[in-house]
Amino acid sequence: MDDAPAVLELRGITKQFPGVLANDHIDFDLRRGEVHALLGENGAGKSTLMSILYGLYTADSGQILMDGKPVTIASPKHAIELGIGMVHQHFMLIPVMTVTENIVLGQEPTRDGVLLDYDAAAKRVRDLSESFGLAVNPSARIQEITVGQQQRVEILKALYRGAEILILDEPTAVLTPQEAGELFEIINSLKEQGKSIVFISHKLNEVLEIADRISVLRRGKLIETIPREGATEAGLARSMVGREVLLRVEKKPAQPGDRLLQVEDLVVRDDRGLEAVRGVTFEVRTGEIVGLAGVDGNGQSELIDALTGLRRPASGRIVIAGHDLSHATAREALDAGMGHIPEDRHRRGLVLDFNLAENLVLHDYGREPFSYLGWVNPRRWLRWARGLLSEFDVRGGGPTTRGGSLSGGNQQKVVIAREVSRDPSVLIAAQPTRGLDVGAIEFVHRRLVEQRDAGKAVLLVSLELEEIVSLSDRILVLYEGRIVAEFPPDVSEEELGFAMVGGRRSEAA
Amino acid sequence: MTEAATPPPSLESDPESYAPSVAKRLAFYQRAGGIVTPFLTAVFAFLMGGIVVAATGHNPVNVYKAVFEGAGLNWFFHFGNYHIDLPFTNHQVWFWWNTSTNTTAAYNLTQTLLTTTPLILTGLAVAFAFRCGLFNIGGQGQYLMGAIVGVYVGSRFVDMAHIPHVLLAIALASLAGAAWGAIAGFLKAAVGAHEVITTIMLNWIAYWAGSYLFYRNGPLQNHQDVSIPISDDIAKGAHLSPIWGNPALQALHSGIFIAIGALIAFYIILNRTTLGYEVRAVGYNPEAARYGGISVGRNFVIAMGISGLFAGLAGAIDILGWQFRLGVLDVQVSNVGFIGIAVALLGRNTAVGVGLAALLFGALLTGTSTRSLDPNIFPPQLAGNLALMIQALVLLFVGADLLIIYIWQARKKVRLPRGGAKAAEEPA
Repeated sequence: MDDAPAVLELRGITKQFPGVLANDHIDFDLRRGEVHALLGENGAGKSTLMSILYGLYTADSGQILMDGKPVTIASPKHAIELGIGMVHQHFMLIPVMTVTENIVLGQEPTRDGVLLDYDAAAKRVRDLSESFGLAVNPSARIQEITVGQQQRVEILKALYRGAEILILDEPTAVLTPQEAGELFEIINSLKEQGKSIVFISHKLNEVLEIADRISVLRRGKLIETIPREGATEAGLARSMVGREVLLRVEKKPAQPGDRLLQVEDLVVRDDRGLEAVRGVTFEVRTGEIVGLAGVDGNGQSELIDALTGLRRPASGRIVIAGHDLSHATAREALDAGMGHIPEDRHRRGLVLDFNLAENLVLHDYGREPFSYLGWVNPRRWLRWARGLLSEFDVRGGGPTTRGGSLSGGNQQKVVIAREVSRDPSVLIAAQPTRGLDVGAIEFVHRRLVEQRDAGKAVLLVSLELEEIVSLSDRILVLYEGRIVAEFPPDVSEEELGFAMVGGRRSEAA
Repeated sequence: MTEAATPPPSLESDPESYAPSVAKRLAFYQRAGGIVTPFLTAVFAFLMGGIVVAATGHNPVNVYKAVFEGAGLNWFFHFGNYHIDLPFTNHQVWFWWNTSTNTTAAYNLTQTLLTTTPLILTGLAVAFAFRCGLFNIGGQGQYLMGAIVGVYVGSRFVDMAHIPHVLLAIALASLAGAAWGAIAGFLKAAVGAHEVITTIMLNWIAYWAGSYLFYRNGPLQNHQDVSIPISDDIAKGAHLSPIWGNPALQALHSGIFIAIGALIAFYIILNRTTLGYEVRAVGYNPEAARYGGISVGRNFVIAMGISGLFAGLAGAIDILGWQFRLGVLDVQVSNVGFIGIAVALLGRNTAVGVGLAALLFGALLTGTSTRSLDPNIFPPQLAGNLALMIQALVLLFVGADLLIIYIWQARKKVRLPRGGAKAAEEPA
């Protein structure tokens, strides 16, 4: 492997943005048929480096060599001509067009020079997808296929344009664990056929699973490039963050107290009127974290919505500390002491066009001292925000910064700051670390344990098995709208994963 | 609690303080666009209007100069030593401009301000709904309801004292407009009916209601002369006081202060009250607002109600300020509410923007009217179309806002010298 020639070499790449060095003399090379992972926290300079490689930015200094020859990459079009393909985190596909149409877009095979030769196009797409094991139906419309399949279409698009080097920008961020597994198989098959892959990520376990070599960036500098053999999660985390990171959450044994949140035989319908939650009964006591595991789409969202007053349950009861909230509005649930870290901070958690101060009073703007008789007190908001932002170590802006201009991790900190500062008695955390890097994940986990130790009832809903196992004091498994199993926290991930796909259903029904 | 965890943030090491994230850039362009694009929009619209004027064989520079003078804006360029009356006293103080409306310029200016007054209010009617994420096409219907109620109250209760009568008429007319707007908001909140559809339908209901009420033998038709499809005149006591010009020749009335007050109220409601906070939250992200405990439906009703209130107010002060009566013809040809859409869009739904855009359209309408424009320079029948055309072009360009931003960025990219990407990167 070490002898394989470098198809791509970046030498001393430096990029200065006003105020800061985004890339500081970075050396990076990619060999034929290897997966080279680029690891780093949000804002470490990964995207800048890849944007330079893909022709979106021009480096201030440094050299790019392909097959040993220096090249200048002026635009993405130029990069594609050189055989570099990029799969962005957010797909650039046209939903109403078919897979084939999307793939050939801009480079359509034609009949008589004018007419689109759809059959020829479909055949080439099929050939490509077969040779790389990228199963996808060429005539399906993009809007009808899953996110995992859309990603394959993006990869096929790059391959169709002759990519020899593929840049995958946080490819697993949008995937379910199963889809991620399938993606890794695809990556391995691409590798076997001589493609070289840059795999951008901030997830340590993934990188250790798929990469041949790992480069770690921190604050614009290359910290190290190491082979996978001998690399450990702890070591990588230290390089990434620059200090020791606790990957396992440190916590004392739980001391559960009274029943705080009680859910009885709850039935909730989804937007189409189908039963998404089918008779769920559970309780969360003070001083414990109950983890709700499950594959996405098994009723988690509807259950959370019902608990927080955002969706009216069809039947059943929700009780917090004796208050019946079965038919409560969102406002009533908030007033009863419900805290909610929503699963999608862009759709729900923040008003991106509001500044941070405005976002931090989203629940309590109507209360003294934030307002008085309907008149708001912006000065008080700013003071409140300044305190919270420093307490929760939110970086990248002050109280008057727009919410949308923060990075994901800092946005999540704002959401958590707001929810925790309201001192709720029940805290529902839905996917609280989605899309966050290790430093931020550690922060969120520590906060959740802190809330538990302060005597709150915490309900953690997550798709990440590891997160559920390491944080929870009890684990419930939601499958097809029912709780099918309950586990103590020392359950193995295998057993839990088996239950999540309905493996032990007979016991709980 | 957190002190041990993370190293202290410093400016150089904090990537977010420089990172030109997409969101940050877009925010910058939107802020810059806040002043630049409406200005460019207006300039482009006038340029294209000028091309059409040239195509008709007239000199666009002369025509625009005539429109400018027709709007009375040249009045500001004649300085001198003049005097102005102090209100409520017999004293006079020195003033920079000649306020006598015996000059054409001053008279034209009063007419421009007279036209601007309702445009401010109908512009606000559209802008307020916009801030709640609603497109209020119904300004016209809400304006008509205000005018109808205004003329009814103004022509009854003839024995009332001046101020109570004016206040009563304005209050009831505004409430009528508010109710008309709130219907659309309620339908949206209750059954999800789209406000564009419902407000258009409500416009037609108001249109035919007005036509019926003042038509011959209609319930509110003139009592003196039953041959004319027009309302009774409002009582003298219900007239808004003239503040500038000869009342016999349509003087500027005190309604302009109401309009300016409404601009201030608009700003204060949005930025200094919990109501405004809710409205803006719903406008930016209804799902997040709902999550925050805000009732989205309630805000739809309130925002449309306040929108309708502004429009109804416009109807009332047009009646009480200078029309004094309302005819079937007035109901059918009026389009003040629709121009309000252009005003709000050009003014970017802000108080200052709406005020300036209303002044621009007020000047344009007055400057191209048959009364003000010199027919030797440009035929008045063409001039009216010129005003409509510029108005339409503004709407078109405002809709193309993002396109302008896109072209702006593309232009920078194209001019980018190799290796010198820096200039384009600066988030400024």
